[in-house]
Amino acid sequence: SSSRDEALRDRRARILSRGLPKQKPIEGVKQVVVFASGKGGVGKSTTAVNIALALAANDSTKEVGLLDADIYGPSIPKMMNLKGNPELTPKNLMRPLKNYGIACMSMGFLVEETAPIVWRGLMVMSAVEKLLRQVDWGQLDYLVIDMPPGTGDVQLSVSQNIPIAGAVIVSTPQDVALLDARKGAEMFRKVHVPVLGLVQNMSVFQCPKCKHETHIFGADGVRDLAKTLGLDILGDIPLHVNIRETCDSGQPVVISQPQSDA
Amino acid sequence: ERSNLAGVRHILLVLSGKGGVGKSTISTQLALSLRHSGKKVGILDVDLCGPSIPRMFSVQDNDVHQCDSGWVPVFVDQDKSISLMSIGFLLEKPDDAVVWRGPKKNALIKQFVADVAWGDLDFLIVDTPPGTSDEHISTVEALRPYKPLGAILVTTPQAVSVGDVRRELTFCKKTGLRVLGIVENMSGFVCPHCSECTNIFSKGGGEELAKHAGVPFLGSVPLDPQLSQSLEEGRDFIQEFPKSSAFPALTHIAQQILDGTLQRSS
Repeated sequence: SSSRDEALRDRRARILSRGLPKQKPIEGVKQVVVFASGKGGVGKSTTAVNIALALAANDSTKEVGLLDADIYGPSIPKMMNLKGNPELTPKNLMRPLKNYGIACMSMGFLVEETAPIVWRGLMVMSAVEKLLRQVDWGQLDYLVIDMPPGTGDVQLSVSQNIPIAGAVIVSTPQDVALLDARKGAEMFRKVHVPVLGLVQNMSVFQCPKCKHETHIFGADGVRDLAKTLGLDILGDIPLHVNIRETCDSGQPVVISQPQSDA
Repeated sequence: ERSNLAGVRHILLVLSGKGGVGKSTISTQLALSLRHSGKKVGILDVDLCGPSIPRMFSVQDNDVHQCDSGWVPVFVDQDKSISLMSIGFLLEKPDDAVVWRGPKKNALIKQFVADVAWGDLDFLIVDTPPGTSDEHISTVEALRPYKPLGAILVTTPQAVSVGDVRRELTFCKKTGLRVLGIVENMSGFVCPHCSECTNIFSKGGGEELAKHAGVPFLGSVPLDPQLSQSLEEGRDFIQEFPKSSAFPALTHIAQQILDGTLQRSS
């Protein structure tokens, strides 16, 4: 009867696993790193863009791609100073737009700037699928994916569809952001994606006139969270007018001001 | 059978296309300002993935009870002038992640709109998550029969935020939701030491957008460390820090809302 139990268990496992999509890696892409947070507005896109550029700058032999998975609020086109509809290759794949040596794809290239994407989950899932698979990424060493805020459809679709090398969680020091960052970490644990570490953003502001430092959003909250969750702090980024100015003008600070504190 | 929203006089939505601009903060401060003007206010937090409202009032450990007409909202203090409903109260542990797809979220939002026994309220403020997705579509659809007063859009001055909020404006037009105005949050930071004002997130983007889109501009709220601290500790900023830099802007916004409702009823 133990063999019958085993057969039953196998059958059950097969039925359960039938429902979930199989993870299939994207052709040509070696490693995928996602930037997420749970909370909105903490600087995921800003950090993702600048880290993608830094990866390329640190090692010029590496090819880096940047995917903007924020369907509702795509920020990458503005930050990378890219505009326009992607061309199609003969194989009917979309050609990513390139700037500063990084291949980028975003919902922002496919719709008008002022058009809202008022879609329910199912359509979002198929859009994400297209942005992942129907793009001619070529041979990439790293694909950096900028996730939207929250722990919903997009995050689930991405983590169930492709193998992810690791996730970086960005947060600001305030409690409400940390609450959500913790949920983000929990979500990745549920879908078996390793969390590489936390980035503390907007940690401190130094007045340009008198150099007085103010912790506008609180201090060290992310460090405490990292300790609790047993994760590394990958970096501590201060609030600097340059970061915002350069992103707004499409010349991220890593490229335009490599000497600054950021 | 009397609907649970029959006793609510005005329904306000707080929207933004962009995350992290201060929707929950503005919702909270608006509620506190309205309370100080003697109004009874409720806040419905439909951000299922990142519910911030309970934390901002320091009631995140409270439970929700059931009554005959449905869920009883959580009261912030003894005098019951502010009541809240959020998924934050329904989670077993505050760290539990709500990793749901659209249909499940829609079902809960319908319940939040129909099955919470708000009682008599002057204002119900609905705090939304960023974006224009399931939560927003469901919320607007569920609230449509109750004729909401309109939506307040929150943005920060920088270009990436304004871009997303521009999309949200189109969303409001498409769904027939009246835009009461735009609030520009995190507009400038005054160094407490030397009083030099630095525009960390730029300035004027929200005001320009309001002019460009032909909607009222409700005001600019500066970055105020005392405000963020009050929110962390769940304190009443409006009561305790009337001299702080964000106070005049926040109370001005509340006043405009009140004036707007007077105009509407006359």
